[in-house]
Formats: sequence, C-alpha cells, structure tokens
Amino acid sequence: MKVGLFIPCYVDQFYPQVGIATLQLLERFGCQVSYPAKQTCCGQPMANSGYEHLTHDCNRLFINNFSEFDYIVSPSGSCVLHIKDHLHDDKREGEATHVRTHIYELTEFLTDILKVENLTAHFPHRVGVHQSCHGQRGLHVAQMSELVAPPFSKPEKLLKMVTGLELVKLDRVDECCGFGGTFCVAEEAVSVRMGIDRVDDHIKNGTEVLTGGDMSCLMHLEGVIRRRQLPIKVMHIAEILNAK
Amino acid sequence: MNHADAAEKFNKDFDRTTWHDETLWWVRQKRDRAAFAIPEWEQLRETASQIKHNVLSNLDNYLIEFEKNAQKSGITVHWAADAHEHNQIVLSILKSQGVTEIVKSKSMLTEECHLNPYLTENGVEVIDTDLGERIVQLADEPPSHIVLPCIHWKKEEIGVLFHKHLGTPEGCADPVLLTHAARANLREKFLTRRVAITGVNFAVAETGEFVVCTNEGNADMGAHLADVHIACMGIEKIIPKREHLGVFLRLLTRSATGQPITTYSSHFGKPREGQQMHIVLVDNGRTVQLGREQFRNSLKCIRCGACMNTCPVYRRSGGHSYHNAVAGPIGAILAPNLDMTKNADLPFASTLCGSCSNVCPVKINIHEQLYEWRQVLTKSGHSPTAKTLSMKVMSAVLSNPTVYHLSGKIGRFAMANAPFVVNNSFNPWFKQREMPEPPKESFGEWYKKNRGEK
Repeated sequence: MKVGLFIPCYVDQFYPQVGIATLQLLERFGCQVSYPAKQTCCGQPMANSGYEHLTHDCNRLFINNFSEFDYIVSPSGSCVLHIKDHLHDDKREGEATHVRTHIYELTEFLTDILKVENLTAHFPHRVGVHQSCHGQRGLHVAQMSELVAPPFSKPEKLLKMVTGLELVKLDRVDECCGFGGTFCVAEEAVSVRMGIDRVDDHIKNGTEVLTGGDMSCLMHLEGVIRRRQLPIKVMHIAEILNAK
Repeated sequence: MNHADAAEKFNKDFDRTTWHDETLWWVRQKRDRAAFAIPEWEQLRETASQIKHNVLSNLDNYLIEFEKNAQKSGITVHWAADAHEHNQIVLSILKSQGVTEIVKSKSMLTEECHLNPYLTENGVEVIDTDLGERIVQLADEPPSHIVLPCIHWKKEEIGVLFHKHLGTPEGCADPVLLTHAARANLREKFLTRRVAITGVNFAVAETGEFVVCTNEGNADMGAHLADVHIACMGIEKIIPKREHLGVFLRLLTRSATGQPITTYSSHFGKPREGQQMHIVLVDNGRTVQLGREQFRNSLKCIRCGACMNTCPVYRRSGGHSYHNAVAGPIGAILAPNLDMTKNADLPFASTLCGSCSNVCPVKINIHEQLYEWRQVLTKSGHSPTAKTLSMKVMSAVLSNPTVYHLSGKIGRFAMANAPFVVNNSFNPWFKQREMPEPPKESFGEWYKKNRGEK
C-alpha cells in the first residue's frame, strides 16, 4: 500500500515532531510511506478567506505531488476536508477526483482503512480531546452533539487502546475552539475568547494533556495556554498514539 | 461598525460575555433535550426541508393559491415588492382608518423593513406587545435575537428601565413583578388600539389561513381586540397544506427554546364580523435570493433562532454586532442579499464550524453558504485591497515549493533570533496568544536528512 504523507505547511514549519510521529505510526502498521518534498499547502487559507479563485496553482501542485498514491494521509482534518471539498483542476479532473476520494485524516485512516484494533502505545496521563469541527462535522471522524444519532469517535476509539491513558469528559464535547483560519486574526477578540473557554473546560475537568487531530486548533489553544501560563500540555494525537 | 470591531467591544466585558454565552448555551441544551426526546427527529428535519424545497420550487403557484383562498374568506391581500412598499401599504391602511396608535406583536419582517421608525416618522405610535420586544423598544434598541429579543439584558437592568418608564419600585428586579407591570401597561394599549399588526409563521396555500405562534398570546390579544388586523409576511412563509403544520410546529419551538410547542399556535382563517383582515405579502429581495442557486435554501428558514443559540461566535459577540434585523449565522447569509456593501463583513464572522447547519430544523447548509458568500463578495469587489494583496502574495508563496521552503526558513530564523519581528502589537495573534516556538528544522528538512528524498 503506497501512502503519500501530506504534512500541512504550518505543521511542516512549526511542528515537525507531529509529522515524524505520523510517519512512524504509518510505518509501524506496514504502510509504504513517501513524503513528496515539493508539497506546500492545501490552499485553504486563501479559499476560506474568499479567494478560492487564487488556489488553482496550489491545486495543480497538490495533484502533481499526490496523484500517484493509493492513499494520501495527513495529521490534519481541516486540510483534508478542504482537499475533499474543493480540489479541482479543469485539465486533470480525473486525477483530482482520485486525490479527493483517497485522502484521509490520520485517525480515520487508522480505523477505517488499516482497521487498527490494537496499539502498543503507553501514555499514563489524563488526556482531553479537542474534537476539531472540520474533522468531526466535515469528515465525520466523530458524531456531533447536534444530531439525534448514535455516538461514536474514531480518535477516542484509538486513544482507548493506549495503556495508562485516562480520557477526560468535558462539559461541552464539541464546541469550536475559535481558530477558524484567518478568523483567528480577523476576529481576534472572539477567537481568543473561544480559545480561553475551551481551555477552561479542560482545566475544570482535569486535563493534563490536551490533544486532537488538528494541529491548527491545537496551535491556537497552545498559544492561549502559554500566554496564560496554564498547567496543560498540548500534543497532537499522533504523538500520543506513537508514545512508548 | 463592522462585526469584528463590535465583537471586540462586546468582549471588553469578560464576565458579561461569559453570562451571555452561558445563557444562550443553556437554551441550546434545552433544544438538545427536546430534540433527543423525539426518536424520529432527523426524519422530521429532512421532511421539513423537503417540504420547503417543494415550496421554493413552486412558490409562484402557492402564492396565487393562497391569495385566492384568502380572498375567498374575506381577507384583503396586498403585494409589496420591497420594504418601502410594505411600509407604505401599512401606513395607507392606518390612514384610511384615521388611526395614529397601534399595537404590534413580534414580526421579524417588520424589523427587516424598519416599519417602526417609518410609522413613527409618519406620526403613528407603535407599541410592541411581545415582552422582550417591549423591553428593547423602551430602551430604544433593535432586538438582538429573533426569538429572544432582549436576551442581552439582565433582569436588574430591566428593573431600572421599567422604573423609569413604567413606574415600578426602584431596585425591583423580580421577573414576576416586572412582568405584571408590563402586562398592566400593555393591557390598556390592547383595549384602546383599533389596529393590530402581527407577523406570520406559516401561511397555508390550500386554505388561505395563516398561523401565528407566540408564547405570550399577545398576537391573539391584539388581533382579537382590534377592528383591523394587518398580518405582514415574507413570501417564503407559505406551506402547501395544513397537514404540513404537523411537521413544522413540532420542529419550531423544540428548536427555538426547547419547548414541545408554542403556548399559542393561532390559526387566522377569516375576519370576524365587522373586522377587517389584511395580509401584506412581501418580497424585499427574496425572489433575488431565490434566483441565486447556491443561496436559495436560506429561504427555508422558519426563524427559530437555533443557529444563533448554538453559534459560538454569536454567543460571544451578541446580536447587535451583526448590524442586521436577523443576526447570527442565518442573518449572515441573508443580509448580503439585501446589501452586499453594508454586510460584506458578516459571512466572515464565523469559524465555519458547521454547528448551525446541524441544528437547523430545515437543514439549511448555513456554513457552506457562508463559505460561498465569501467567494461571491470577494469576486464582486467587496474585499479590502490590502487583504487581496496579501492573499495574492500568500498564493504565490504557497504554490512555489522553492519560495515556500525559503520563506519558512527565513521566518523560523527570524522568530528564533529576532522574535520582536512577530511578537509585537501589530500582530493580532500575539495580542493574547503566544506564537508557536520555531523548531530548528522543518519536517521536510528532517525527512531529507533521515529518510532521503524519494
């Protein structure tokens, strides 16, 4: 199984350890993983700001980098959702469609494609999951609280396989953290306030390590936590699933 | 003031923002309890959405059918192309009656048309009879929420307002006493006003009747005591058959406040003897929206307000920050249709979290429409030049791997060695958040070193 590793731009630049953990995890489960060196960004920052028409070059580049793989996997639900919803190319729509239909967020790839039932990870901490909106309401990696439907959560299913790990129950299970791409600077006041409230929920319920499948939300929450010098550590779920 | 600035102002009072957020979240939780008590909830939503789909596809025919049946029952039907015409029609009815004082129950349409200021300018006194609306009217403010107009007011503040206007004892903040005072004050208005305006929740094409839902009975009190009843409705309020109320009435209040049904769901079918009954059917941009394929589903809205209560941005910025009669996520997709220039900021007042679309009882894809409006507004020149420029630069950098890698290296080097470049007051991220700590190498650099390029 040839897997193309898609490491979003900000993860590449600021959180190399998340890319490394993702790579090692996939390799542990027997995937033949390659990281195309010429990858950059999915184009979401432009598109969500109203400039989808400026993403054609990013789309072309993305197709160049990833169309040859059986699967494309990324440690970011938001970037994956953007590709799934918006990757098109007039001249290469067939390849674009292949990419759109074979790209997976890490936890859904582990549960749905690799059908992981056991992990050898050990992580003796109280872990609070930040369920990012695009992964949840967009990719359905977990049931959303709005729908009258049976609950499930792919990230939590995986975390329950980690020995020593205790999952924290939150008051608001899936409220947005307020990152929202350029929203985080364009609507700075509300964005920060949402971040503070999310972090408070974790503090109140005894989270030691805050985790999730989207580093962008975690980057925002980590920014709030560090400024307020709160006793919570932030880690991507790949780092926990890969913990020995 | 645009949404971001108004929201920043709102957030200056940290504790009040907490209170506002928690009050509305409590309503969202009530909605959840009501919805989860109905096993077929999702099927109901789908059914409602499909009925509305049918309505929007056959709106012209249903409206004509409704008009014909209403006229048969002795109701006078008026057609208004826009807000101004709507206001003129209402005023002309009042003038023909020689009336200068009226009562009005809740109608978001009349808010949208700015009927109150228009009538006031023309010498007509309007008394809003919904308690929440009466409160904001006394405070000379617009409603901040379509179902809970004064949700941004605390009971102590209402006590001060009522002391000033209704003579309640100073310092009295007891909701029961305050409500009694409002009731006594309104009772006199109900008994003396000869014309009552109401909104319309549903208008049934097959019967020509319309249904008005209130919890306070104020629409009924107004309409039953008045010689003339004027009902104002947007043309999208039509439903084909009476039996469809069985779907919508189950959804409306469970979604709005978590109640099983409104206290009063009153059917108005014909004027009583000696009474005049008028219906004003208002377009005001709705047919334009109907023609915008990607936005037409916004016309399915039944004005329950569930999207506002669930919206994490609305809860932390307040209804007035949306500077539009309808606030929140639904307001943000309706408002640009009315005025793109004035409302270009609203589709950006969202993280696109998608909660709104999933509480919506008629399944409007609100967050997808927010995304689409962003594209439309940008392409039609409603985006600031500086933003366009920065997006072009971003696109150029991100679509060129060499430039991207170099920029990343320079950026991380600058952050590590000259943090003041980013850690300053010009960087909105840094105002209340730390920047990420720049690592020594990017993932790409690590990969090249450890795995070699493949």
